[in-house]
Amino acid sequence: MAKVESGMSRKANALLDWFDARLPVRSFWETVMTGYYAPKNFNFWYYMGSLALLVLVIQIFSGILLAMHYKPSATEAFASVEYIMRDVDWGWLIRYMHTTGASFFFIVIYLHMFRSLLYGSHKAPRELLWVFGMFIYVALMAEAFLGYILPWGQMSYWGAQVIINLFGAIPKIGEPLTQWIRGDYFISDATLNRFFALHVIAVPLAILGLVLLHLVALRENGSNNPDGIEIKKNKGADGHPVDGIPFHPYYTVKDIFGVGMFLMLFAFILFMWPEVSGLFLEHDNFVPADPLVTPTHIKPVWYFTPFYAILKAVPDKLLGVLTMGASVLVLFFLPWIDRSPVKSIRYKGTWYKVLLTLFTIAFVRLGLLGMAEGTPAQTWEMRLWTLVYFMFFVLLFFMSPRAKTKPEPDRVTH
Amino acid sequence: MKKQAIILFIAVLLGLTSFTLSAASTEGLEHSGANIRDTASLQRGAKWYVNYCMGCHSLQYVRYNRLAEDLGISEDMLMQNLVFSNAKFEDTMKISMQPKQSKAWFGKTPPDLSLTGRSRGPDWVYTYLKGFYQDENGEWNNTMLPNLSMPNVLWSLQGIQTPVYRQETTDGYTHEVIDHFELTREGAQSPEEFDQTARDIATFLDYAGEPAKLKRKHVGVWVILFLAVFTFLAFLLKAEYWRDVH
Repeated sequence: MAKVESGMSRKANALLDWFDARLPVRSFWETVMTGYYAPKNFNFWYYMGSLALLVLVIQIFSGILLAMHYKPSATEAFASVEYIMRDVDWGWLIRYMHTTGASFFFIVIYLHMFRSLLYGSHKAPRELLWVFGMFIYVALMAEAFLGYILPWGQMSYWGAQVIINLFGAIPKIGEPLTQWIRGDYFISDATLNRFFALHVIAVPLAILGLVLLHLVALRENGSNNPDGIEIKKNKGADGHPVDGIPFHPYYTVKDIFGVGMFLMLFAFILFMWPEVSGLFLEHDNFVPADPLVTPTHIKPVWYFTPFYAILKAVPDKLLGVLTMGASVLVLFFLPWIDRSPVKSIRYKGTWYKVLLTLFTIAFVRLGLLGMAEGTPAQTWEMRLWTLVYFMFFVLLFFMSPRAKTKPEPDRVTH
Repeated sequence: MKKQAIILFIAVLLGLTSFTLSAASTEGLEHSGANIRDTASLQRGAKWYVNYCMGCHSLQYVRYNRLAEDLGISEDMLMQNLVFSNAKFEDTMKISMQPKQSKAWFGKTPPDLSLTGRSRGPDWVYTYLKGFYQDENGEWNNTMLPNLSMPNVLWSLQGIQTPVYRQETTDGYTHEVIDHFELTREGAQSPEEFDQTARDIATFLDYAGEPAKLKRKHVGVWVILFLAVFTFLAFLLKAEYWRDVH
């Protein structure tokens, strides 16, 4: 059938040809979108990747607008945030986008990481993909911590105080190190200024670079799927995986639907409940930073509290810091800790379901305990769940190569 | 796997809910009934505030012109009734008292209250304003901020209340706690009228903490409705594209 082209589309194609002769536009699009075959059985968990990218864009966009009005100075920072909230046109919208975005970034990333625990996405040949992801997660934690000091409220100040002092637990170099981080003998204007620089330039640049590496590594082996089998092992006559479908248009339209669902939830929080009862925006942070008045209850924002609880569970400060560090570090080695011959929870056997459920409860419970004031009973509970947290990795290491698995299917199921 | 996902989701939600309840602990707080949609209450609250509170407590982030717009007051009316200094219509609600002076007078500089409605909440403000009492030595005290340095500036409205104690034993120790208050001297307002005055001020400070709150909710409804339509269309588009995937 003869192809009918309108004048407009002919001109558009000519323009594309011009570019294509100078830049690999078409071949790039084909490699990463239309010619990239993804498993056809993605479920809910597979929305999180594109959503994480969306939140990254929201944070960069709203962050640029905030930086146009914010003043990184100990005397002006708090007032400039209120200036944004009250006097800048739609300033409240920009700020709530950024604060809601920060919490949603962690919600999405935690679900994204949990997906890997469910379906073994970190296992060979995707170890590097997981490691890059872990670096993004750590960079994100740094970014969130640095950004939290900027409003210069009571929690900004005292939260930073607690976290920076953790470095003081290191023998010998501890004290000079905290001074080097603060740029002063106490948290001051100098600290705020450097944290601002790191928050708006250094860490975002690192995150963008890491995201690029994460995506390149993803496209190299393709996505895993809920069955944890390699779709590339089963190719049709056309050379494409029989269980694969082109990423574009199938997953682009599906992800647009996911974006819609996500934005509805995002908008509900942003417009109707931006403080989330002090979870996303803490009440004490509406009080200007006062170095002379210590708040009665200092706690980090919710996304740090599981690790904060692990820190508090250990009686010794240095050991506590090391244990907390280990709780993040151990995740980097997950691809080599999980030695199971199969990837997905569907075929790993009941033992893994039990382990993962306990691990999940431990993580959520630690998060809640990390927010609490800390009664002796709660301290013991923190110790219990800290033990469960680490036992997950120990048991996984020893049980995964030995446990009996269920047979994997040849083709993906739904 | 769906079952597991749902169980996890519910576990997380339950956990968060139980926390939220404990975080918004309303222990010892009276319900203020403050409603920032009640413009009349906001206007009265603004009037009480500038007459009784603003001698010492600034609202340095609140602008008069914004206040006039949000509370439905004309410029003339606002300048005549709410501005007692040489402040201009575009100015923020600052005070002329110098921090150094006030520190010398009260032992502590009275804080700016722009964000008290957010950091403490309207219920706290309401309970605090009603919590002033005169102790045995004739000194002012308050149930929310014990041994505070601020006198009860609303005493001429509220009257003077004194505490009636009762004995309470905890852990083997007996100590006195305030059981209730007795109005030992009547004020210009009845207790019900004074409740309303405290409510008006709480409402006003709730507004002052976030002047954009009503607008944000109003805009939010339309944004969510738009997104609902968008998501529905996106769902139809996805279903259409995916018809041939089995």
